[in-house]
Amino acid sequence: MSAELFPGYDVLAKREGLSWNDATRRVIDQRLAVSNEPKFFSTEEWLTLEALCRRIVPQPQNRPEVPLAAYIDRAMLEHGDAGTRIEPMPYDGEAWKCALAAIDAEALAAHQVAFRDLPAQAADALLAGMQNGELTDAAWGNVPPKLFFAKRVLVDVPAAYYAHPTAWSEVGFGGPASPRGYVRMGADRRDPWEAAEGKPGNRALALRDNRHVR
Amino acid sequence: MFAEGLPRARAGRAPDVFTPGGWIPMKEYSTDEEVDFAIIGTGAGGGTLAARLAESGFSVVAFDAGAYWRPLDEFASDETEQNKLYWLDRRICEGENPLQMGGKNSGKSVGGSMVHFAMVSLRFRPEWFKSRSVMGYGADWPLDWREMWHYYTKIERALSISGPVKYPWGPRRPRYPYRAHEVNAAGMLLAQGAEALGYRWTPTPLATVSAPRGKSPPCVYRGFCRFGCSTNAKQSTLIVFLPRAIAAGAEIRDLAMVGRIEMNNAGRATGVHYHRENAWHFQRARHVVVAGYAIETPRLLLNSATNRYPAGLANSSGLVGKYLMTQSNQAVFGKMAQEVRWYKGPPSLAITEHWNYEDKNKDFFGGYCWMGQGPLPIEWASIQTGARGLWGEKLRTEMMSYNHQVGLKMVGEMLPELRNTVTLADELDQYGIRVARITYSWGENDKRLINHALSQMRMSLEAVGAVDIFEQTDDTNHLAGTARMGFDRESSVVNADCRAWDIPNLWVCDGSVFPTTGGVNPSLTIQAIALRTADRIKEMAQRGEL
Repeated sequence: MSAELFPGYDVLAKREGLSWNDATRRVIDQRLAVSNEPKFFSTEEWLTLEALCRRIVPQPQNRPEVPLAAYIDRAMLEHGDAGTRIEPMPYDGEAWKCALAAIDAEALAAHQVAFRDLPAQAADALLAGMQNGELTDAAWGNVPPKLFFAKRVLVDVPAAYYAHPTAWSEVGFGGPASPRGYVRMGADRRDPWEAAEGKPGNRALALRDNRHVR
Repeated sequence: MFAEGLPRARAGRAPDVFTPGGWIPMKEYSTDEEVDFAIIGTGAGGGTLAARLAESGFSVVAFDAGAYWRPLDEFASDETEQNKLYWLDRRICEGENPLQMGGKNSGKSVGGSMVHFAMVSLRFRPEWFKSRSVMGYGADWPLDWREMWHYYTKIERALSISGPVKYPWGPRRPRYPYRAHEVNAAGMLLAQGAEALGYRWTPTPLATVSAPRGKSPPCVYRGFCRFGCSTNAKQSTLIVFLPRAIAAGAEIRDLAMVGRIEMNNAGRATGVHYHRENAWHFQRARHVVVAGYAIETPRLLLNSATNRYPAGLANSSGLVGKYLMTQSNQAVFGKMAQEVRWYKGPPSLAITEHWNYEDKNKDFFGGYCWMGQGPLPIEWASIQTGARGLWGEKLRTEMMSYNHQVGLKMVGEMLPELRNTVTLADELDQYGIRVARITYSWGENDKRLINHALSQMRMSLEAVGAVDIFEQTDDTNHLAGTARMGFDRESSVVNADCRAWDIPNLWVCDGSVFPTTGGVNPSLTIQAIALRTADRIKEMAQRGEL
């Protein structure tokens, strides 16, 4: 993967500018300050969750890791006992706890090690089995593995990542946009406060443009 | 649960939605005072009705389970934070196609779902009010389309809808009050595709202003519309009708969850029990209007069962909670060579209603439209994972094309079916009230309509040169049904005036009353019906028929 499709673009450079309001600054500041430790999950569950997150949304080694497990942990702490549940699955918090234990049980049964100690290939194979409805360990209880993978794993983990400014900068999203909004609406039109894509031959220009994003 | 804090609309004042930290004076009623109307829900139905009834001189208290937000200083540009606008209390879904509850169909906030709706403001096709007798499916409405045309015009003016001078489909309608918005790249690609297929298209009529209006500035195209408008350009109930209601003497009670409607021995409702600030209270009222939308409305009617009404209130037909409808919301996505940057502007700036008005060569009943799309990163990731099952490096690689993506998303009619229901589960929510069990399965007609739409939208994307095209086959959105209006007490819950057949001082005013749901977003029709209901109540009061 190209590490920098938008060379030098950083959504956070706009933090003090016209695209961010106080409400947004408060929310993002809190998100960036979340401590990377479990408050909802047990230590065992947390370690499995961290390993799972690294397989679902792998992150580059050359920058600080977005703490995906911590975001899911806090979300479950706040409203894991509510929301919509799909029969026969329990509410999200309980479903997550059950599923993390079951993922570990599957790893132990198949490979005699915890999920977090599996090599990447074996971990991915186990997750593919979950996605395809092939897991059957009794530890799953009321949590159908295939349904959980589709409705929780593939929703909650990407939602945690793409809620982070690092991810917005990575994909060239404009990010927060109030009160200024946008002006140039047509195709191939870029407002000066939007990410410039580093196309072949113009990376230097894109870098310059992105350094002027405010 | 999201931390909701304490009620704000109290002690003679309510939040001023137009001023950071500001307040406006608000009349307050004692719980002992028998008010003319207790309205449950302040969204498109309840909020609009509250304003019109108060302006007609009735005393009104409107309850909402959600918080009273001030958009200017409390709405972040953030998909996650703004979950605070959605109904995320306990609910259970089941069936062959369990509904996805949340941002697309359930608000929990003063102003209801209009606080986060996509502002798409469309009229029904006239024939849909006679679906059964003219089109051969569903059920007829007891409303005449010409009367509805009158109320559509009124609500379009009340919301200063921005739209085209001439709308391409249906009978003549006045030009929209405000000019259409500039169509973004995503919308122009819809237009090119439609033209290639020989279909008409138009800038979408939207409830966000294209020029200043009162305290609303013109839309700045920030693109977070479905997460609450932080500039007040959006003409939601929160900023249009609730300030009007309060100015006319209505009281809004925020963070007030109504759990039961009280009945007397004479078969009349006497008021509502509601939970606020950790205690249950009772408000006396001469009339009760339920406006909680298609899940909470039947839930409340069913939870209000008594010995005399063991199956719930207004339910002698057995139809409360039946004929739940959603709308198909499938989509086709692809990649363009050029940068589209679909996050700019309202998500649905262009539309074609071709297949709502064309009846030839269909192997299904009903219609659908499609609109341009602009999902923000979290939603876009969920589409990549939900529709394609992507994860790992594949997911992150695909996400890198975000600025080049284009998409078309349908709003399609699903047929009313008796088996699609809202019933009560044994589980309790945080107020101790039994939660809703929502059962949904698509019918064969629904599937045929969806397949037709997917192939049409794919052709449109192919026509503009999109590549890596894929379909999102499982999405649904708006709700309707569960307290349908009709011509008699055997086959419906309320009459054309939204008045319960069984209980003369009980009313339902929201999308629950829809007998069919049509192929367009429902909010404008809900509001048009609310305006009509308010007029009818005033007329009946003058004649002594209340």
